[in-house]
Amino acid sequence: MKIIIVGGGKVGTTILQDLVAENHDVVMVDSDPAVIEQITNLYDVMCVCGNGVDNETLTEAGAEEAELLCAVTGSDEFNMLCCFMGKRMGVTNTIARIRNPEYNDQSLGFIRQQLDLSMAINPDALAAKELFNLLQLPGAANVETFSRRNFEIVEVILREDSPLCGINLIEMRKKFPASYLVGTVRRGNEAFIPDGHFTLLAGDRIGLTGTKGEIVRLLKLIGQSGERVRNVMIIGASRTSFYLTKYLLSDGCHVTVIDKDERTCRSFAEALPEAVVIHGDGASEELLLEEGLSTMDGFVTLTGIDEENILLSYLAESNGVGKVITKINREEFFSMAEKLGLDCVISPRKLMSDVLTRYARALQNSLGSPVETLYKLMDGKAEALEFKVKADFPFTDITLMELKLKKNTLIAGILRGRRVIIPKGSDVILPGDSVIVLTAGHKMTDLADIME
Amino acid sequence: MNRRMVLYTVGLIILLEGALLLLPLLVALLYGNDCTVAILLSIAVAAVLGGGAVLLARPKSKRIYAREGFAITALAWLSLSAVGALPFFLSGQIPNFADAFFETVSGFTTTGASILDPASLNTMEKGLLFWRSFTHWIGGMGVLVLLTAFLPGLSERSIHILRAEMPGPTMGKFVPKLRDTAKLLYLIYFVMTAVMFCILMISGLPAFDSAIFTFGAAGTGGFTINSAGLSALTAAQQWIITVFMLLFGVNFNLYYLMLIRRFRSTLRSTELWAYFGIFAAATALVCIDLTTVYGSFSEILRHSAFQVSSIMTTTGYSTANFDLWPNFSKAILFILMFIGGCAGSTAGGLKVSRLVLLIKNCHAQFRRTLHPRSVNVLRFEGKKVEEEVQSGVVMYFLFYIFCIFGIFFFVSLDGYDLTTSLSASVTCFNNVGPGLGAVGPAANFSLFSDAATLLLSFAMLLGRLEIWPILILLYPATWRHRGKSAIGKETK
Repeated sequence: MKIIIVGGGKVGTTILQDLVAENHDVVMVDSDPAVIEQITNLYDVMCVCGNGVDNETLTEAGAEEAELLCAVTGSDEFNMLCCFMGKRMGVTNTIARIRNPEYNDQSLGFIRQQLDLSMAINPDALAAKELFNLLQLPGAANVETFSRRNFEIVEVILREDSPLCGINLIEMRKKFPASYLVGTVRRGNEAFIPDGHFTLLAGDRIGLTGTKGEIVRLLKLIGQSGERVRNVMIIGASRTSFYLTKYLLSDGCHVTVIDKDERTCRSFAEALPEAVVIHGDGASEELLLEEGLSTMDGFVTLTGIDEENILLSYLAESNGVGKVITKINREEFFSMAEKLGLDCVISPRKLMSDVLTRYARALQNSLGSPVETLYKLMDGKAEALEFKVKADFPFTDITLMELKLKKNTLIAGILRGRRVIIPKGSDVILPGDSVIVLTAGHKMTDLADIME
Repeated sequence: MNRRMVLYTVGLIILLEGALLLLPLLVALLYGNDCTVAILLSIAVAAVLGGGAVLLARPKSKRIYAREGFAITALAWLSLSAVGALPFFLSGQIPNFADAFFETVSGFTTTGASILDPASLNTMEKGLLFWRSFTHWIGGMGVLVLLTAFLPGLSERSIHILRAEMPGPTMGKFVPKLRDTAKLLYLIYFVMTAVMFCILMISGLPAFDSAIFTFGAAGTGGFTINSAGLSALTAAQQWIITVFMLLFGVNFNLYYLMLIRRFRSTLRSTELWAYFGIFAAATALVCIDLTTVYGSFSEILRHSAFQVSSIMTTTGYSTANFDLWPNFSKAILFILMFIGGCAGSTAGGLKVSRLVLLIKNCHAQFRRTLHPRSVNVLRFEGKKVEEEVQSGVVMYFLFYIFCIFGIFFFVSLDGYDLTTSLSASVTCFNNVGPGLGAVGPAANFSLFSDAATLLLSFAMLLGRLEIWPILILLYPATWRHRGKSAIGKETK
């Protein structure tokens, strides 16, 4: 599929990387020749140097035949105008990155409608939502929610003392009866879709699929549920913290926000008066302790500097804070953070890129049974996809036992109406269902792809 | 330096050459030539060497940078020529390996300079003649481009390799994926070659002859078929070749633009106008100069147009022995050898786009002298030319001149006259083919010593790959090994 990305900044390159890996034809537009040079050297894409609003530049980038245009520069207004021009020139779908909260509140719907945008992405709100999900389920290292919000994939890291260590999945099911599946396991650098004889070990990162209630029950049974987070400290009063604080406050948590810049603090306190806003250096241990670091059960680092986030998280972790989440922008730091024992790491850029990748995949296959939701799990080594089953799907009314699935592929859930089915061999897929598939090592665009 | 990846890619290239050798093998079998055995042996050698390199050097990481790109390109061309020389050497048609190497380099670099006595072409076996000219076709668009087009997932950064192989100051893709770009280039190349072949067939030339002349013109190479060469062709056939040589000297990006019906952008190309402008002016001047040599106007026009087109596109075909032409015509042709065709074509030389940029640079310098505080922005093909590209072009020109004179210096050691030594260096470096004097169109390069032959082979490679890849190969820092820790990080 032909995709144009306007803006070769950090976000733009992350998206570009993922879309190239998905084998799309990508054209990058940026006005800085140095950026263009760099990208040409690193990725197999075509680069056009110029202003992304200018119609000559867009023509050169092939806007007439492009199916998707993503405007992800730092300026909201530029992105909007760029999408508008692109749409007028014949791009089928346009996506704009719009960050400013002013645009995001009431006017967003109007803007989207007027500019004919297919989607407006707000990376900050996206990240905040993700952080909120994580804080709600502190035992998990990662939580992904599928379309109807009652089906989730929860990643848990098995501790040394976990009762699951050393037993295989069949025994696990007998010992801890609940409605769930172990969908994915990551050990070291390898990802597996395990079968019943797979034996779990300490340090494994396992992905549990099922309804939220059932998974919480399981986590309680294995003693890894963690306390419900009540007191949260956030370092850095960024836009993401603004959204996150809003969600947390409405959930009844106490939130303390620390930022270095006085004016930022002031406007933050103005917007969310219920939060405790501290003006001070979040990197000072004294200040953190004074503000009650040791009494916190949630700690989120959202400063713009990765190194600072990692070190502060480490500090919080060693002070016994229950749930520590680190925001990291540069992918190189992910493995480093993991080595320091920080297992809960998020990257807003990656989140945004996932949303776009999913969108592109769904577009690519708007005829068959398209992808509704896509999550990259285990550092992109495995994927979870949600497909909507259309009436013409050829494998309906066949029990799952009889279906020949590809290797390393698992049907993790069937959503039928309001019901969630954790599939057994005797279940069938019906038209109108949503089917959730876990896979490692395959790229899928259609539900039929899961068959051998 | 990712040495494994370099070796691996070079291995792949040799394997590809082995596969390409199947075509002359077929021809040899068809004509029942004795050289069949030699070609078969060469294929075996290519399979062993290439397969060995590919198996032994399976890279841990396919990550490459600019330096690997240059090294791959330079080594690929060197080994390609060495293996490609085997059929000539093993069959005994060219008993001296240095000579066989020269002949093959001359083929791949689309030079067309030969150490063979024209008369010996008449007795050469068809299979070998075919291979000799087929190397022009392969080298014209480039082997690494071919490899990229055929092989998926060579490396996501193959752009470094293609940049080193494709001639011209900058390398542009016309579709997002490099592989698709390479495929399109070869598609255009292939279709144009096929059209030319058909037209020559229709004009009454036998299939084998048509193929040889088509390869020579398409790759802008210049190997011919027998001692009579092009003078034996009819006027119409000579005109056909004139036109196609010119067409193959045009930037292939423009053909793509025409393919997607953007005719206006095609016609706006400065390089295209400059190219045809130079061609028209040079032809007119040679025409005037030749009035006393030939009788009819049509003959004058045909010879001058053919020769200008042939030299400018660095093909090196000749319908007449231009070494016997008046001195002014010879001077024009000599200058044309330097200019060459368009960037992104199969032609060699300095390239018209570089010439245009150099002239614009001179003009800017002139303005700076007049108005010391003036701000000058160079524009080319409707776009601003970055400072780096500008200085790159100037530096390239400098190296270009240095290299030519360096080669001239050493070739002169053989003791031939100034015209011969200088024109031999210039013609080889610019991948033209025939020179003047003792290496004129009616003569050959067999007079040089082995050392000079190898040096001239080296000059052809320098010219075809546009200097940097070969020079960088000789630069010790290129081969320095990275530290252990860096490798560990890289494989992740």
